[in-house]
Amino acid sequence: MSAHTSAVVDQDLRSKLLKPDVISGSEILLRSLLLEGVDCVFGYPGGAVLYIYDAMHGNEDFNHLLTRHEQGAIHAADGYARSTGKVGVCIATSGPGATNLVTGIATAYMDSVPLVVITGNVATTAIGTDAFQEADITGITMPITKHSYLVRNVEDLPRVIHEAFHIANTGRKGPVLIDIPKDISAQKTRFEWQEEVSVRGYNPTVQPNKLQVDRLVQAIEEAERPVILAGGGVVYSGAHEQLLEFVNKSQIPVTTTLLGLGGFPSGHELWIGMPGMHGTYTANTALQNCDLLIGIGARFDDRVTMTVQGFAPKAKIAHIDVDPAEIGKTVPTAIPCVGDVKAVLELVNEKVKPARSSAWIHQVQTWKEEKPLRYTDSDTELKPQYVIEMIHEATKGEAIVTTDVGQHQMWAAQYYRFNNPRSWITSGGLGTMGFGFPSAIGAQMGNPDRMVVSINGDGGMQMCSQELAICAIHNIPVKIVVINNQVLGMVRQWQEIIYDNRYSHIDLAGSPDFVKLAEAYGVKGLRATNKEEARLAWQEAMNTPGPVLIDFVVRKGENVFPMVTQGNTIDQMIMGDEE
Amino acid sequence: MSTHRHTISVLVNNQPGVLQRVSGLFGRRGFNIESITVGESEERGLSRMVIVTTGSERTLEQISKQLYKLIDVIKVVDLSASPMVAREVALIKVNAEPSARPEILGVVETFRASVVDIGTSTMIVQAIGDTDKIDAMVELLKPYGIRELSRTGVTAMTRGLGKA
Ligand SMILES: Cc1ncc(C[n+]2csc(CCOP(=O)(O)OP(=O)(O)O)c2C)c(N)n1
Ligand SMILES: [Mg+2]
Repeated sequence: MSAHTSAVVDQDLRSKLLKPDVISGSEILLRSLLLEGVDCVFGYPGGAVLYIYDAMHGNEDFNHLLTRHEQGAIHAADGYARSTGKVGVCIATSGPGATNLVTGIATAYMDSVPLVVITGNVATTAIGTDAFQEADITGITMPITKHSYLVRNVEDLPRVIHEAFHIANTGRKGPVLIDIPKDISAQKTRFEWQEEVSVRGYNPTVQPNKLQVDRLVQAIEEAERPVILAGGGVVYSGAHEQLLEFVNKSQIPVTTTLLGLGGFPSGHELWIGMPGMHGTYTANTALQNCDLLIGIGARFDDRVTMTVQGFAPKAKIAHIDVDPAEIGKTVPTAIPCVGDVKAVLELVNEKVKPARSSAWIHQVQTWKEEKPLRYTDSDTELKPQYVIEMIHEATKGEAIVTTDVGQHQMWAAQYYRFNNPRSWITSGGLGTMGFGFPSAIGAQMGNPDRMVVSINGDGGMQMCSQELAICAIHNIPVKIVVINNQVLGMVRQWQEIIYDNRYSHIDLAGSPDFVKLAEAYGVKGLRATNKEEARLAWQEAMNTPGPVLIDFVVRKGENVFPMVTQGNTIDQMIMGDEE
Repeated sequence: MSTHRHTISVLVNNQPGVLQRVSGLFGRRGFNIESITVGESEERGLSRMVIVTTGSERTLEQISKQLYKLIDVIKVVDLSASPMVAREVALIKVNAEPSARPEILGVVETFRASVVDIGTSTMIVQAIGDTDKIDAMVELLKPYGIRELSRTGVTAMTRGLGKA
């Protein structure tokens, strides 16, 4: 694919950067990153990247944030990328530095997040000798990167970096790794920058096949019970407005997947919530009864379909996706539309007519009214769902919310109602504990003017809590929520419901006092154990200009409902309050 | 779904690690590899891999689509979808006491194979042909005692103007 990519970089800086000086590989790296418009890099130094860190010393233009763990760095880069739509960048040293990035690379890969991951390696002369801190990181990450480079000639660096950004942030997005041996980072050459990118084997389809679009339009006109399943692809391609127009014109109810939340305004009357394992009654029932299912930038993940053989049994399936390999991968697809979601929807919107869906919409509205998401509130105990609802109300649905993985993640997905895209950051595909807090730091760096709320479990909070240091030292004003149920709640829920109350290793006794933990880093810590305290603590957190951690001590045995257990179809929901 | 044998040609950038990318993809997605051959292609900087795999039509479609997602993959063609020539080379070291040699030479001749080495009690037979032919030849030589067998795997191309 060939393209001109011009990042927005200040003209004076640009001409300074473009000077054809003879400089080291490390300086080439920094200049190239700046030319790509990178305004914030998360990283951690070590032996193999010492030349690179040396080049940063005294470089006023280059903004690097020292995290306290490489995992924190890559999740922060991920949160930055998901919330801004720009490429997130992180740097680590060879060996242990590089392997500490692996979870973060896999997290980004599963959720199609554009990252450029830079690792140092031992010198080219030492590669393959089991040298100190040598790890074959390109080999290790081959299955979890969109592409990777091991740079063997310093002259290749500017091209490789430019290609990496192009590949990461076009087509189906994803992480690209650049491994730079130490000698390459030291060698000097004349800096030459080319705007043109041309990667012969890379040609993502943008415009769809017109015939398929016509077939889709036709199918919609004939449909009586259509449903749209909108996923992360809507958000990533910036197609939220096109989706709204499509829904309004076609009169089709929309369910948004975990990654699709925010891709469609939750206040819209045709929004029916999230589908799948912890989806709404309405979304799951509608999917099982629809006659036309239009997947848009969604990949029919098994947490959405559950038992795939029984998924949407009456539906003809249409699928709009930028990745042709997703079409037909898990569900038989009658109408494939390969292309950029936004480009496809723009075409569809030119032609689409309403479906014959009025009776269906009436039916769907009845389900919504009769079986909304609900929980039993309490005046004596603090309920986690209440905490989320309270945060939603106080932030008017306008915050950027990041989560960790577990019950709190599902409650956040259910009870925070999103109005905007790029406001919901969660590890969906890999389900990575430890993601919630550092990703919020990245999101805040990318969105200094927005309120960023990070919702974590008491388990996952302990997987990257070291990054409290970054919040404190740079005064990054993330509001860190701990939904403290004293257990690995989601595991406990499975053990209660599926493993017959046999609770095995889910008790988090021995966890730190989270308020004191925050304070130990110089971050304000607050605690709430009932509704009154919860409201006051949240108010105080909102009124505090810097970072705050709020430990919400909630009821221990609360479960997430609806729930579909494995081996069932999505209409076989446990509602939780009907026993 | 019915399973078939497919021969696919994959044109790739001749980059370090490209074989690992392709074989790794087959491994982690559970696609089967019966044989894989790699060598130079007609264009400098590009190599051609020929992979023999078994699977349903749906698997084949996934293989092709997943291969295309690799940046170093330029082109994927299912050669078995049209008439093709497929060949492999086998070297067969067979026990060949002088008394058995005339019979073995009879087999060699029938298959239009050739003898490329003769030792005191062994011979190396070189056979070129499609997989079935080589399978048949190996079967016929088994009674004499095969000491070593080395096969290249299939390389192939479509007949006529068809290009992969
Ligand atoms: C790195 C990692 N290890 C293990 C898991 C499996 N897992 C999923 S949810 C969960 C419990 C999380 O507990 P907590 O953070 O307290 O959140 P809660 O479910 O209680 O809200 C575990 C262990 C995971 N998703 N990620
Ligand atoms: Mg917990």
